[in-house]
Parts: sequence; C-alpha cells; structure tokens
Amino acid sequence: MAQPMIELQDVAKSFDGGTSEAVAGVSLAVAEGEFIALVGGSGSGKTTTLKMINGLIAPTRGRIRIAGEAVGAAEPHLLRRRIGYVFQEVGLFPHLSVAENIGITPKLMGEPKAAIEARVTELLDLVSLPRDYAARRPAALSGGQRQRVGVARALAAHPKLMLMDEPFGALDPVTRDALGGDYRDLHRRLGLTTLMVTHDITEAVLLADRVVVMDKGRVRAEGKPAELLASPDAEVRALMETPRRQADRVRARLEPAS
Amino acid sequence: MNERLASAWRLLPNYLGQHVLLSASALALGVLISLPLAVAASRNPRLRWIALLSAGLIQTIPSLALLALFYPLLLALSALSRDLFGAGFSALGFLPSLLALTLYSMLPILRNATTGILGVDPAVVEAARGVGMTDRQRLFMVELPLAAPVIMAGVRTAAVWTIGTATLSTPVGQTSLGDYIFSGLQTEDWVLVLFGCAAAAGLALIVDQLLGLIESGAALRDRRRIVGGGLGLVVGTALALAPLAAGGGTGERVVVGAKNFSEQYILASLMSDRLRAAGFNVSEKDDLGSAVAYQAVASGEVDTYVDYSGTLWTNVLKRTDNPPRKLLLAQLTDALKVRDGVVVLGPLGFENAYALAMRRDEANKLGIHSIANLAQHAPDLTLGSDLEFLSRPEWAALKGAYGLNFKAEKRYQPTFMYKAVTGGEADVISAFSSDGRIVADDLVVLSDPRQAIPPYDAVILLSPRRSADPSFVAALRPLIGAIPVEAMRKANLSVDRDQDKQTPAQAAQDLAKAISLAPH
Repeated sequence: MAQPMIELQDVAKSFDGGTSEAVAGVSLAVAEGEFIALVGGSGSGKTTTLKMINGLIAPTRGRIRIAGEAVGAAEPHLLRRRIGYVFQEVGLFPHLSVAENIGITPKLMGEPKAAIEARVTELLDLVSLPRDYAARRPAALSGGQRQRVGVARALAAHPKLMLMDEPFGALDPVTRDALGGDYRDLHRRLGLTTLMVTHDITEAVLLADRVVVMDKGRVRAEGKPAELLASPDAEVRALMETPRRQADRVRARLEPAS
Repeated sequence: MNERLASAWRLLPNYLGQHVLLSASALALGVLISLPLAVAASRNPRLRWIALLSAGLIQTIPSLALLALFYPLLLALSALSRDLFGAGFSALGFLPSLLALTLYSMLPILRNATTGILGVDPAVVEAARGVGMTDRQRLFMVELPLAAPVIMAGVRTAAVWTIGTATLSTPVGQTSLGDYIFSGLQTEDWVLVLFGCAAAAGLALIVDQLLGLIESGAALRDRRRIVGGGLGLVVGTALALAPLAAGGGTGERVVVGAKNFSEQYILASLMSDRLRAAGFNVSEKDDLGSAVAYQAVASGEVDTYVDYSGTLWTNVLKRTDNPPRKLLLAQLTDALKVRDGVVVLGPLGFENAYALAMRRDEANKLGIHSIANLAQHAPDLTLGSDLEFLSRPEWAALKGAYGLNFKAEKRYQPTFMYKAVTGGEADVISAFSSDGRIVADDLVVLSDPRQAIPPYDAVILLSPRRSADPSFVAALRPLIGAIPVEAMRKANLSVDRDQDKQTPAQAAQDLAKAISLAPH
C-alpha cells in the first residue's frame, strides 16, 4: 500500500483522569480513495476516534498521521480546514445564511468573495439543492436539506479527506437512503477518502468499501463486508448478518406462506 | 408654585446632562470591563465562580453606602498621588460616582454575557471548531453574535439600574437628577421630588426602549432595529450633553458647597449671588454630607461653604471640652488654619445649635423647661432625631451630662422629624435653633443649664487656595456679622413651610434685601 491517507497507531483516549478509557488502543490505516464505515454499538469509541483524527479531541497516547503528517504538529485549526467534517447534529450556524454557512471555511482561509460565491453555487448544485436556497436561514430548511448543506459546507475548501459522524442518522429512511446514495456518488466523482461513523449496518454495507467494527474502544474486526460475513468471530458475523436477517423477516411478513 | 416649577425646568439641562454623562460613562465602563471578563469566565469555571460571586456581593452593598465608601478611598489615593507625583485628583463628585456605578452595573452584564456564551448550542460550537475557526474567530463569528440578545438584555437591566442609582450620587457631590430629589426632600418641596423622579424615570424608560430595540434587533437579526436603537442612543446622548459643552460663561470658576438642609441651600445661594456679582463663574455643589463638606473645602474641591463652630469643634477637631462661645471660635479658627490651611472668614451672626425641643402643650403638662427636667421624664418619652445627631459626639456629651435615657430613639429626615413631633410620634426632637419651624410649630426649646451643647456659630469657611484671593474674600466679607437669627429663621421658614413655598434662591434674594446688604 502506498502512503495511507489516515494512519492510527495504538491511539487511546481516557476521560476523567484515566478512570474510563473511551478508546483503548486503535490502529488503523485508510488508503487514499477508500470509503470506510466505522460501526459498533453506543460507547464503542467510534465518535471519539473520528474526533481525534481532526484534533477536536487530543489522544492520551498513540500517533495519528494524515497524508504522512502528524496531527498536532501543525495548528489544529489549519488541519481542520483541510478536512471536511460532517456532524451528526449538523451544527449549522443559525445566524448565518445557507450561503454563508457553506462558504465559511474558504472565508476563514481568506479566499476572495467572488470565488466563494461561485463555489457556493457549485456546491448547491453538487448536493442537489436549489440555488435560491442560498439566502435562506438554516431554520427554514428541512432536516434532509440541512444535512445537504452540512455536506456542502464540509466540501467547500476542496478537502481530500471527509470525516462523517452519523451524518444521516436523524433523517427519515427515504431521505437517508437518497442522501447516502448521493454522497457515495460524490465520493467517487471527487476522488475523496471518507471515514463514516454509523450504527446502521445496512448503510455501512451499501456505502463502504471496507467496514471497521469497534467494540469497547478497540477494533474487533475489519474487512470488506463479504469478508466480515465469513468472520470467525460469531458476534461480528451476527452483526453483519443483521440486514439480511431483517430482510428475511420483512419478506416473511409481507409474503405470507403460500 | 409656578416659580418653583420654572426654576426646576431651568436646572434641567445641567442636571440631565450631568446625569447622562455619569450614567453613560459608568455603563460604557461597565460593558468594557464586564464583557472581556465574561468571555474569560465562560472559559474558566473557577474564574466564573469568583467573578459572579464578587459582582453579586457588590450588588448587596446598599448603593448609597457604595457611593459613600469611594469618597474616603479616593481621598486617601489622591493624597498618596499628591505625595508621589505632586498632583492629586478630585475625590469628590464624578470619580467616586463613576466607580461605584460601574461596579454596580457589572453584575447583570457579567451574568447575562456568561450565561449567553455558555448557552450557545454545543453542536454549533463544535461545528465552529470543526470548520477550522480559531478560538478568537469562534468567539467573534459564532458565540458573541448568538449570545448578543442575552447580553443586550443584561446591558438593558444595567442601564436602568445605573440611571436610577445615579440619583444617589448627589450626596458625594456629583450633580444629577437626584439633586431635585434630595433638595425637594429637605425643603418639603414634593413638586421638586416628583419632578426629579419623573425625569429619572423618563430617562430610564427611553434608554430601556432604545436598548430593547437593539436587543430585539439582535434576536431577530434585523439590522434596521439595531441601527435605529444605536442612532437614538447616540443622538439622545449628544443632545443631553450639549448644554454641558456649551455651558461655562466667563470669569474664574469657583464652587460653593452646601450641606443637605434648607438653611445651607439659602446661604449657598446668597454667597453664589455675591460671587457672581463680583465676576466669578460660580457652580454650586448641594447636599454634601457633613464630613464630606469639610474634606472638600480642605482639599480645595469646594471653595467655600458655611459650617457651624460646634460641629467643627467636636467632629473635625474631636474636642470634648466646651469653652465659652468666643473662645471656642478663636481656638477653632487657629486650629483649622494650622491643621488644614482652612480659613474661618468669620461668623455670620447667628447660631444654628442643636437644641432639644418639645410641643409647648406637652412641655407645660409635664412641667419640663430644661434638659435637667427632661431627664426625669425621659424613660417615658420618645426622642426623634435627624439622621446624624445620634451618631455625633454632641449627643454622647449631652446624654452623659444629664443622664438622658429615652424609651425609644428614632431617626428622621429633618423634615419628617418636625412632622413627628407635631404629630405626637416623637415627644422630644433634636431641633435646629435657627429653624423657622420651631416658632411655626409652636415648639419650646429646652434650656441647657449645664452647657453640654457647644455653641454653633454659623461661619464661612474658605479653602486654603481661595483664602488668598482678595476679590473672592471681599465678595463674602460683608456677610460676616450681617445675619441675625430672626432673619435666618424667616428665610428658612419661607422655604420649609407647606403653603406659599419659596425656592432657596428666592429666599436668598429676600434675605439679602432684609439684611440690606449694600451691593458689593
């Protein structure tokens, strides 16, 4: 493998002065262009791992490199401007318009106003939002529209790496499916590297090239979805089979035995 | 009535201007200190605890006491700076008021700004970090704009408090709308009190509405409201301050002080008229506390005022002996000159002594003619005093000399003290011998056979610097020995009575005519 886009070496994070370890030594390498889904139950350390990668949380031990560069070597805000981050709660700035929200990172980087405006229009098209939404406030948008703005905001400064924390978790299933598919296309077209935290195995299987299963702050298993279905670990197998089991049950209910 | 209202209107531009200058400066300073402090406090829980606790503690100090406490503090600092740098500053008036009001304005701003910043949605704060903002950018681009409505609500509360409390800065020598209230209270001029209250309330209401406009503009993100409110505040402040900038007049600036009762207002007005006629540019500082007034003339912040020999003897010189009237005056004159460089120009010709007085019918019924008689009946009687008498050394001396022990002791504003004795709420009061109300209310003054109360000759005091100014001294000298006690009582009564009241300025003009002072 060439130099990985993300490289974690025995990364750990403990809170409350070391009494509880949210992440207990994770090592992981993500290649450029890969789409990784980070799955696991609540409290398995997925989100903490994601936040350590862009410096929102400082690890208590271990090393993180992005494109070969150690996280923490440079000013954290400069690193974050180069990484797209999509939050579960979206976190749009309620006092700014959609256009101002999308253009925030280029503005922080001092790009000229005209360039930002052009970029905002381009991104609205990219995430399939009408251009006249630019002047709206976030409060005037639906949940799915807000998350599209969140994705556009993360893409604004042409990042190569996207970190997404349950980006579609709070959306209705139809919107969620549509947005997931749309994002998968963007990932491919823009040549992104994506690390997405999700608790939805179906989403992970449908979108990701590779799935990383976390449990109690450690990586329990990783591999292509098909590989994990054949995992020697019974629990991992059970987890990965959830979508299929559910689909069987759904079919059983909808097609009564003839 | 019309003349009183008209004179109140004439004073309004100056009072309002001073009031606005003081409250606006205090509020601006309060915002300037509180906002950065709130930002720091929102980042640091320990600092937050300390800052909010201290601001809360300051708030529990009664505002009048807070204002009063800054005076001795600044006086000491000013003396220190005079020693160190050769130049002091005025410990009276604007500075102590400004500092006290600034402290007072801080709590609501601090509390609201801290709450506002901490109350910003954590998801939005994390997103701000996530998109690559520095701490400073996050503060200015996200946290402060989102906390703005809450912060403005705090500023609004602080503004209303500051404007209201600024009326209490009058006793430390800062002119404000409180001058109406304090003077009105002393002279029983309820029109004046109401006028002052209405002016202060009106000012607070207007400022509150304009700040409210800015607050709602911040909440609704409506720039027109913010600009409109801000413009209203700026224009209003400029209009209120214009008379101060335009004011002035010609001639050398001198300050005539007055303590907080009618006789003092009248005499200050009388002296001001004469100084003006002599070409000075006179301003008056009314309603000074006893100790404040003397300190002010000693430090030169006030150029002249009238005080009373016994008061200075016991309160300033802390003497407990009681020499005869002439000797006391001579010793006092020497002692003040040596100690503080303050010059006693001379006695005006009347005494305003503390005197125990009773209703004539009650005194006759009980057979009380002197304080010695009174001592036997005291355990069944209630003493009404002014606000300071019971704390003064004269009272301790009097109590000791006669073994006085009253059933109860109540303190009143002088005005209400007379009401209390005529209404039967108090049996004996610490009256003032030059007060016209003694005659008007048919009170008897009890004699003092053991001479426990010192003589209280009204004397003109001059600040060390001004005593060397021949034209200043010449303007005031004709008043020495010129005012008999009857003339003073009559003037006092014309201001204090309920019907057909006069302003102190009118009373001063009539007094000048009555004692037929040759125009200087």
